[in-house]
Amino acid sequence: MSVSASPTPSDELSAPIDARADSQSASPTPAAEAAHVSFSYGDRTALDDVSFTIARGEIFGLLGPNGGGKTTLFKLISTLAPLQAGDVRILGCDLRHDTLALRRKLGVVFQHPSVDGKLTVAENLAHHGRLYGISGARLKARIAAMLDQLGLSARAGDLAETLSGGLKRRVELAKSLLHEPELLVLDEPSTGVDPAARREFLNYLAHLRDAGGVTIVLTTHYMEEAERCDRIGVLHQGRLVAIAPPGELKARVGGDVVVIVAREAAALSARINAQMGVATMMVDGTIRIERPRGHEFVRDVVEAFGAEIETVTFGKPTLEDVFVKLTGAAFHAGPPMAE
Amino acid sequence: MSETGLQAGTLWLREITRFCRQRSRVIGSFLQPLVFWILLGAGLKASFKPAGMPAGMNYFQYLYPGFIVLVLLFTAIFATISTVEDRREGFLQSVLVAPISRRTIVLGQALGATTLAWVPSCIFLVLAPLAGIRLTLGAVLFAASMMAVIAFALTCIGLLIAWKIESTQGFHAIMNLILIPIWLLSGAFWPVAGAPAAMQLTMRLNPLTYGMSALRASLYTGQTAGAASLPATLFAVAIAVAFALAMFALAVRTAEHATAF
Repeated sequence: MSVSASPTPSDELSAPIDARADSQSASPTPAAEAAHVSFSYGDRTALDDVSFTIARGEIFGLLGPNGGGKTTLFKLISTLAPLQAGDVRILGCDLRHDTLALRRKLGVVFQHPSVDGKLTVAENLAHHGRLYGISGARLKARIAAMLDQLGLSARAGDLAETLSGGLKRRVELAKSLLHEPELLVLDEPSTGVDPAARREFLNYLAHLRDAGGVTIVLTTHYMEEAERCDRIGVLHQGRLVAIAPPGELKARVGGDVVVIVAREAAALSARINAQMGVATMMVDGTIRIERPRGHEFVRDVVEAFGAEIETVTFGKPTLEDVFVKLTGAAFHAGPPMAE
Repeated sequence: MSETGLQAGTLWLREITRFCRQRSRVIGSFLQPLVFWILLGAGLKASFKPAGMPAGMNYFQYLYPGFIVLVLLFTAIFATISTVEDRREGFLQSVLVAPISRRTIVLGQALGATTLAWVPSCIFLVLAPLAGIRLTLGAVLFAASMMAVIAFALTCIGLLIAWKIESTQGFHAIMNLILIPIWLLSGAFWPVAGAPAAMQLTMRLNPLTYGMSALRASLYTGQTAGAASLPATLFAVAIAVAFALAMFALAVRTAEHATAF
């Protein structure tokens, strides 16, 4: 949340209609359909009855804090983890039975590097291509094309370990796109990448969608990344709590968001509620209030309780506010769970 | 080339390329057993003559095939260890989501690691005259083939463990607890015939004993009483090959059941 109230870039993207129903009717076979998917590690539930549909040619973001279940969902979609309960069809293939056929159409980018540092950039791509049955002239042509598209041609002969973090991510992407997948799945693609490189990366994903019709599914805990998605699914404690375009989700938050930090926050929250007749919410030790015309409320609340308030912030709702609204939990305050 | 061949071939090539770019690995895998052999052999040659050692042979000569197998063991195991971390945070991640069967993955890995183990052991073979062993062309071919079979078996044991466990620390523990004893009890250090009864039984049940016997037989071809106390050569070769294939099948099974996390 910020004090500035500037509109976010994705506001133009958001349409008031339900994009999910709309895109389903436009394309006969969706890129992915999941119904009642549950997954557990021993007795810890990672996914709990998750259902969603992803249309062809959209960028679908899975947003949630660590431990929310998004990495597990990534593992299922990328065929790394076996489906335990529920049904999933991806690109027309049954996830349980047509794994090999599905893998040919799937490009996967992992959170941890999968490039071999001891191999050159070109060698990494060549090995990857052969694993997908590509060889000879076609392999050469695909490698050259990918190096060119991702601006890696000059580094083709360098060992991958000598590349910067941002360039290594590009090699990962080049690998995953070498065999011309229909669906690209990315796990936390911008972890460890600086903001400029992140923007560039997201621009490239948008280009892939627009120019190549590639469907893109990514997991993220970066709000700015989620804002760039056509639709996002919000995951919290293994449950999908909302699926909608980012703009629509933000519209669900009533007006502006005011956050008050105070020493006796709980007591103050109750008094604001009683005296001003305003619904308040305690999140992570702070008081949150959603109000239309928030600036007027800020003036009133400071006038009434100025002595007890330490700071007041107010802004347009962000996806972070959406998350708080949907789950009642702070986005970054959840218990750190290893996935 | 078939797709499976292309896939296994590319995994093989990757192992070789990586190995060649890590000089310390190349040198270490070869030098360590060489130093052990020279020190132990030279030190024990004068005073140590284990019961059951073939007549007309000194301990330096007896140890020689044992240390060829140690070269194979070290290299094979260290070439497979990367599987542990690679599949969670490395190259193997993307192999696991590629349209390739686990059998083909294991085959490519096993052939790569076998090659890496086999080449330095062949360099060791050149040192045979140092041990006072005269080699004929036939003996070299026989020995090199047996070394390949043993390397493949040991590599598959390495892969079997690497696909099963979660951390490289665990790998080292298993290495010291299982693999080194298997090597010690294969007749590398002392002949089966001279060992106490209970140990003899263990040694006879140890599949590596037969690979070791076949290798001895190949090296001592043309020597005098060389193979006297060893099991029949053909039998030993058959057991060694069967052992290698069984270990491959087990490694494939383990890889097929391994999850990526």
